[in-house]
Amino acid sequence: MVALVRSVAVAALAAVTFVGSGSAFAAAEGNGGLPQFDSSTFLPQLFWLAAILVVFFLIVRNNALPRIGEALEARRQKIDDDLDKAAAHREEAEAVMAEYEKSLAEAADKAHVVQREAAEAIASLAAARRAEVAARLAEDTKAAEARIAAAKEPAIASLQDVAADVVQQAAAKLAGMKITASEAKAAVKSSLKETG
Amino acid sequence: MAGPIEQFEIHPVVPIEIGGLDLSFTNSALWMVIATGVASLFLTVGARRRALVPGRMQLMAEMAYEFIANMIRDNVGDAGRRYFPYIFTLFMFILFGNLLGLIPGSFTYTSHIIVTGALAVAVIISVTIIGLAKHGLHFLSLFVPSGVPALMMPLMIPIEIISYLSRPVSLSIRLFANMMAGHTMIKVFAGFVVPLGAITLGLGGLAPIAMNVALTGFELLVAFLQAYVFTVLTCLYLNDALNLH
Repeated sequence: MVALVRSVAVAALAAVTFVGSGSAFAAAEGNGGLPQFDSSTFLPQLFWLAAILVVFFLIVRNNALPRIGEALEARRQKIDDDLDKAAAHREEAEAVMAEYEKSLAEAADKAHVVQREAAEAIASLAAARRAEVAARLAEDTKAAEARIAAAKEPAIASLQDVAADVVQQAAAKLAGMKITASEAKAAVKSSLKETG
Repeated sequence: MAGPIEQFEIHPVVPIEIGGLDLSFTNSALWMVIATGVASLFLTVGARRRALVPGRMQLMAEMAYEFIANMIRDNVGDAGRRYFPYIFTLFMFILFGNLLGLIPGSFTYTSHIIVTGALAVAVIISVTIIGLAKHGLHFLSLFVPSGVPALMMPLMIPIEIISYLSRPVSLSIRLFANMMAGHTMIKVFAGFVVPLGAITLGLGGLAPIAMNVALTGFELLVAFLQAYVFTVLTCLYLNDALNLH
């Protein structure tokens, strides 16, 4: 609403100034016409405009802009520096991390080797023990077998003696036959051979 | 009571006459001194400490700096960097003239066609000289629109030349008419307050006051906008001169 009223006014005034400019120049003495078209004010305004603008320009170029520019530049520099620093720290941290991982992997490898060696040592030790025990057992078995065999011969021999004795006495008592001990032994031996 | 046009009258503050020429220090010159003085303080005091974390004044000065720097970068490119101080000065001069002119009782030098016209003519002459210095006579190709059949050239080239020559006219009248219209309207509505109030027991005066409150806010926007438009158009003309379309 305000904008509309205003733009109409601007257009109207622009038109008025265009149309009125001719007569306004003519009415430079004062009455009627816009003060803006009073040409007697042109020269002092132009003179001071030029003078003041030059001074203002020098202040802006030599004082104001360098200061503001420096402040902005310093801030940008600082931010860039901080970013660089942060990037350097990050790289450092990554390097440390990589080193740590490397040593971790090395330690794991070493642990594997140690473990394997230990397992091999244990296995060989166990195998040696087992072999030793087996050898001793075999020896014991052999000795026992030998002992059994040694005990068996006299036992069998004495058994034959007993059997011959029994044969001799049985023959005497049952058949009334007198047989000698050697005959009885031979009979036992032959019957053992028959039964095998 | 003062009429709505009286605020634009020029009064000598210090009458000076040199060699028969009237070089009086007028109210217009006084407000130019005040506006450039305030702008200089704003720009130098604000950035005085060059703080890493800016205060309010420094931040505003930096925003003005970057506003114009970005405007030149966007509209002209890197070649426009050399002209930054000139364009910045132009913007600040118009902006502070417009803004301080809104203070009741002050004088708005940008509401004078001779001031805006001088600024616009200075811009066009500078831009033309820059273009001629950079491109020589090739600069005249600015008046030959590309992609137009040769048959149309006798028509197009005069149109382009007229449009080029009308640039300072539109540039100066836009600023001058906007400032004058806004200030005249505020004054006209202010002039309604007492007569309307007198016939309605004071209540009728509230309506034009409310209108003036709205208009003053609107004029603040216009003050900035017209400074911006003047500066952007200067950048565009500079871009034409430097880059020839």
